[in-house]
Amino acid sequence: MVLSRKDMEELAVLAQIALDEEELADLQSQLNNLLRYVETINEIDTENVEPTFYLLPLQNVWRQDEDGRQPLAAEEVFQNALEQERGFFKVPRIL
Amino acid sequence: MEIFDLTAHELSDLLEKKEVTDIEITSAVLKRIHQIDGDIRAYVTITEENALHAAKNVHERRNKGDALPPLAGIPMALKDNICTRGVRTTCSSRMLENFIPPYSATVVDRLLENSAVLLGKLNMDEFAMGSSTESSYFFPTRNPWDIDRVPGGSSGGSAAAVAAGEAVFALGSDTGGSIRQPAAFCGIVGMKPTYGLVSRSGVVAFASSMDQVGPLTKDVRDCALVMNAIAGYDPLDSTSVKRNVPDYTTFLTGEVKGKRIGVVREMIDDGLNPRVAEVFKKAVNKLEGLGAVVDECSLPVAAASSVPVYHIIAPAEASSNLARFDGVRFGYRAVPEKGEKYTLEEMYMKTRGKGFGPEVKRRIMMGTYVLSSGSYEKYYIKAAKVRTLIKKEFEQAYERFDVLITPTTPDLPFLLGEKVNPLDSYDSDKYTVPVNIAGLPAISIPCGFVDGLPVGMQIIAPAFREDSLFQVAYAFEQNTPYHRERPPIKRRASEEKAKGSDIDD
Repeated sequence: MVLSRKDMEELAVLAQIALDEEELADLQSQLNNLLRYVETINEIDTENVEPTFYLLPLQNVWRQDEDGRQPLAAEEVFQNALEQERGFFKVPRIL
Repeated sequence: MEIFDLTAHELSDLLEKKEVTDIEITSAVLKRIHQIDGDIRAYVTITEENALHAAKNVHERRNKGDALPPLAGIPMALKDNICTRGVRTTCSSRMLENFIPPYSATVVDRLLENSAVLLGKLNMDEFAMGSSTESSYFFPTRNPWDIDRVPGGSSGGSAAAVAAGEAVFALGSDTGGSIRQPAAFCGIVGMKPTYGLVSRSGVVAFASSMDQVGPLTKDVRDCALVMNAIAGYDPLDSTSVKRNVPDYTTFLTGEVKGKRIGVVREMIDDGLNPRVAEVFKKAVNKLEGLGAVVDECSLPVAAASSVPVYHIIAPAEASSNLARFDGVRFGYRAVPEKGEKYTLEEMYMKTRGKGFGPEVKRRIMMGTYVLSSGSYEKYYIKAAKVRTLIKKEFEQAYERFDVLITPTTPDLPFLLGEKVNPLDSYDSDKYTVPVNIAGLPAISIPCGFVDGLPVGMQIIAPAFREDSLFQVAYAFEQNTPYHRERPPIKRRASEEKAKGSDIDD
């Protein structure tokens, strides 16, 4: 087994997802199965093979810092936020 | 045939000849939705009033004698991960149940510039993660050919709506087969364009190096018309490619003489349902009969390793993309019980714990793990290296062949609830996933039936050779009857009335 129960709890914090006991147990067995399955690619020889992260020979895109598109109006930016105040998104107090 | 059974190009011809009006078409399709969507459940949101208003507008312009493009007045609908300004865009997730985008995706702007009429938003697997549309937070969609079966996924609402006449065409998105597999299951045409050909701006990201938007249509000509409208460079998508987009209808010649077609040996072996194999073999013979030069080809790494590579790379990218759903700027936010208070981290974690469904959580956890230190090299980098080998394998195959063909799926549409183990349903994408890994264009077209259930054939071309796909697909289609079949929808007593639906029966 690759992932222990403790690994699962740490992973949930890394992923920032609150999971209950049952979910943690289910996910532990599912992820361990899935990892066993995907590990089959370790049998493939990739000596001297470069990884592919992107499929196209892309270059960074630059543009002049002028006019361009109109940005969204403030009310549009905030229309989907649950809490806001004076032009800021509001989150629980951190200090 | 009824109005709702017709294709976009057939309707466009009738409009030109003044045998039908734009308003009649949209009204007929809306009526069809009201008649059967209680059984099919393709729609998450229906924008009836806007649709009628838009149709009236096109009608008036047509009467004035304005020159209108072929998609003008054609009612269509969009997978619900494609942002529509002012119209709820949910990704079929609790997380975005009430999200109203402040702007539209570029593909939406382009369809509206072409005066197509938006009918509404279509159900999908939550955040496009799934192959059956059962992971939708709202309700599952049913296959119009057999309502006890799934329509495929993740663009299951898109495929079911088009097959059932609830939209003349639809857009979907395809990260590992999510357009082609449901198109095959619902007996229609579905295309995943070359990575970079269609803008992803305003389409909620799942796996950014593989996602691509494409059409689901009733025939190949409609697919070409929709591609004409949506393909092309977009400055708002930094991965969109600057190149001239041809008129795709010019490749609909009906001619395949001398085309070199490779049948992928590993995709017609033991893993394929024998009855699907039979139908596929007949389709291959048909192409040969039309003058194509058919031979076997082998893609051992792509066939054996694409699905594992996909289930490393896609969740890795998803875990990063879905980090934006944190309850702050948009989407669901968990609220503490009265008298309680959340810290910032508690708010994040509870929001994501309650806002995401099981499949999404599973993929985020998987992606987080394969990117974490200690497993990054072993899983993620290894998968990226195998990806290079898969890409090369296709490139070598295209030295001998113009296109490759496979069955679109290894099996027929399965029953709702049949595939509960996540690994089972991952298998249903095994012929479509390699195409996304390599960034190639591919189309699924109807190629026959088994016990009244449709079977799809997938055609795969080199990057940016959509012309070859259209040529081969159209020639096959015009010499076979399958694309003209319409599902005999059997009604059932609609017992479930799931939350999130805007449909009034």
